[in-house]
Amino acid sequence: MTTQPPSTDPWRVLDSAGRLRPDRRLPTGADALDLRAAYRDMVLARRVDIEAIALQRQGELGLWPSMLGQEGAQVGAGRALKPRDVVFPTYREHAVAWCFGVDPVQLLGLFRGTTMGGWNPRERNFNLYTLVIGAQTLHGVGYAMGIVRDGDVGTGDPERDRAVLVFLGDGALSEGETNEAFVWAATQQLPVVFFCQNNQWAISAPFSVQSRVPAAERARGFGFPGVRVDGNDVIACHAAAHQALANARAGGGPTLIEAVTYRRNPHTTSDDDLRYRAGSENDEWATRDPIDRLRTLLTGSETPERIDEVFLADLAREEEDLAERLRVGCRALPVPDPGDPFRHTLERMPRELTRQRDEHLAFVTAPEGDPS
Amino acid sequence: MSTAMAHALNASLRGAMEADDKVLLIGEDIGQLGGVFRVTDGLQKAFGEDRVVTSPLGEAGIVGSAIGLALAGYRPVCEIQFDGFVFPAMNQIVTQLAKYRHRSEGQVSLPVVIRIPVGGGIGAIEHHSESPEAYFAHTPGLRVLCPSGSQDAYDLLGQAIRCNDPVVFLEPKRSYWTKGELDSAAPSVDMEQARVLRPGTDLTLVAYGALVPLAVRAAGVLAEEGREVEVIDLRSLSPIDDASVVESVRRTGRLVIAHEASQTGGIGAELAARVQIQAFYELEVPILRVTGYDTPYPASRLEEDWLPNLDRILNACDTSLSH
Repeated sequence: MTTQPPSTDPWRVLDSAGRLRPDRRLPTGADALDLRAAYRDMVLARRVDIEAIALQRQGELGLWPSMLGQEGAQVGAGRALKPRDVVFPTYREHAVAWCFGVDPVQLLGLFRGTTMGGWNPRERNFNLYTLVIGAQTLHGVGYAMGIVRDGDVGTGDPERDRAVLVFLGDGALSEGETNEAFVWAATQQLPVVFFCQNNQWAISAPFSVQSRVPAAERARGFGFPGVRVDGNDVIACHAAAHQALANARAGGGPTLIEAVTYRRNPHTTSDDDLRYRAGSENDEWATRDPIDRLRTLLTGSETPERIDEVFLADLAREEEDLAERLRVGCRALPVPDPGDPFRHTLERMPRELTRQRDEHLAFVTAPEGDPS
Repeated sequence: MSTAMAHALNASLRGAMEADDKVLLIGEDIGQLGGVFRVTDGLQKAFGEDRVVTSPLGEAGIVGSAIGLALAGYRPVCEIQFDGFVFPAMNQIVTQLAKYRHRSEGQVSLPVVIRIPVGGGIGAIEHHSESPEAYFAHTPGLRVLCPSGSQDAYDLLGQAIRCNDPVVFLEPKRSYWTKGELDSAAPSVDMEQARVLRPGTDLTLVAYGALVPLAVRAAGVLAEEGREVEVIDLRSLSPIDDASVVESVRRTGRLVIAHEASQTGGIGAELAARVQIQAFYELEVPILRVTGYDTPYPASRLEEDWLPNLDRILNACDTSLSH
């Protein structure tokens, strides 16, 4: 038995050629995706990514996990959030961070070696990047339990109701903790949306190593809906996330969204993807680029949100400014004080740790060659 | 009032929940059943299912969701059913809970308490008699506490819940039903401090958890032989109050450390290392350890002699005193 199970085509409204198919499931009015803003977000977030890779090449960053090709999924999800919603990212959600107002310079610290975090998770409701695959799914579940206990779900007050958006990749589907998170979310009907960017590759392992069925189909077994969406279609991704978050805020429980996309770059700047996948596969996915297809739509004559040369020129200038800000900001990231790890381990520093800190500080501040 | 340690813990949890409505309990079978050791008996009835949460089976889920609850402003107290079942949660404890304050550059502390019944001596089957404290003590960012009786159980658990740092709270399960005096209004000793339970001049005997009553008995036996043993209950295993032990050893010149956990890389090794640095010239004899052996925990028919018992502790004290 080696036959593949039937797989539903992901939901799509904007195809690779930039043609938009009207769909009554798309949010309308104030809830509709602002296409020009989404285009701008995708372009600028991609520039953050490109600039970070360049900084890594120049030795300014130790590592960078690129999100090239996943801007549609991330901006779609990111623009469906409300300020009181809470995000639990992996380490590749650079465009979500952008949408949620995290300064992109702050994303660089973790990869430059100036911090293990980089921003205050409470300031923007955007939690710290999590490197242990799947661990953040449970944190999102716990936060959603807190929202329930705060009474901030299902009140009908749009200023009050909130939800958690947890990001994960296809590799995380195999982690025990992710599956525990699904059980907890389902049995407690928690206000949490799991947004899985199935980018086809967990470093060198293709999706077939993780699953015999599409990721979205997993949800039914846990007892909540799964939605499969074209991850390179920012409009469909936004609509799916918008609906799932609205349902979660209203007390309708969790949803798993599988955004089918592709990691165009190696896993990180340290990876060599041509050892495990063909370049032709990448070329094929390049024709489905999320930014290209929205630009085709927006530069077409039939769109009310039409963008023109002036818009594109302004955006190009904004890109250059952003790139310069990243280059300068990266090099200006403060190197932590040698005492910081000691100060930040426990709230009240124990006596022995104080002794170790003093010994360490005396060592690092002693003139070279002076053993005392 | 004479109170079993399990009841003292229950009273401490109840007090913490009454004092702060952000305190909630989460664990397997802790609701209607009151936990397999009944430590949470009656609390779900008193505080409701939202604050005493019977969780799905999944230790990573218990600790991972507690982290999320703490990020949302709550003060969760987790119950892990048995020592040997904490390992599925180790990823969340070691890579997430312990590191979060450091990762957030001190901006976010996670006030999570993880209660774990620990230790052997109850004739249990595999995975139900273990002493995992060294794993936690070796992990920066955690506090590790281990009470030995009712008053300390009450005091230390209250302090652990009020503390903004994550605390692994180890409950010696064979002491659950041992009665001791409990005065819930008495001022409590700071959780970082060891306690001298019996003063002495000839030898310092350090223990924690279930071995503390044995250490006190050993001191009683030796007193009949004219040897005055100072007994110290460590209480906090991370940080370790080595200053109290050093102060004592400077007077006695002899140190014996007892714990149930295996010897290598244990709490005794750390304490011995610190004492020999600070009291090298006051030590009359080498520091001795009485510990579980470096084997997996044995079948229960063997545990009585595998564990540090009264005779093994007395043997070590005799060896130290006869040097």
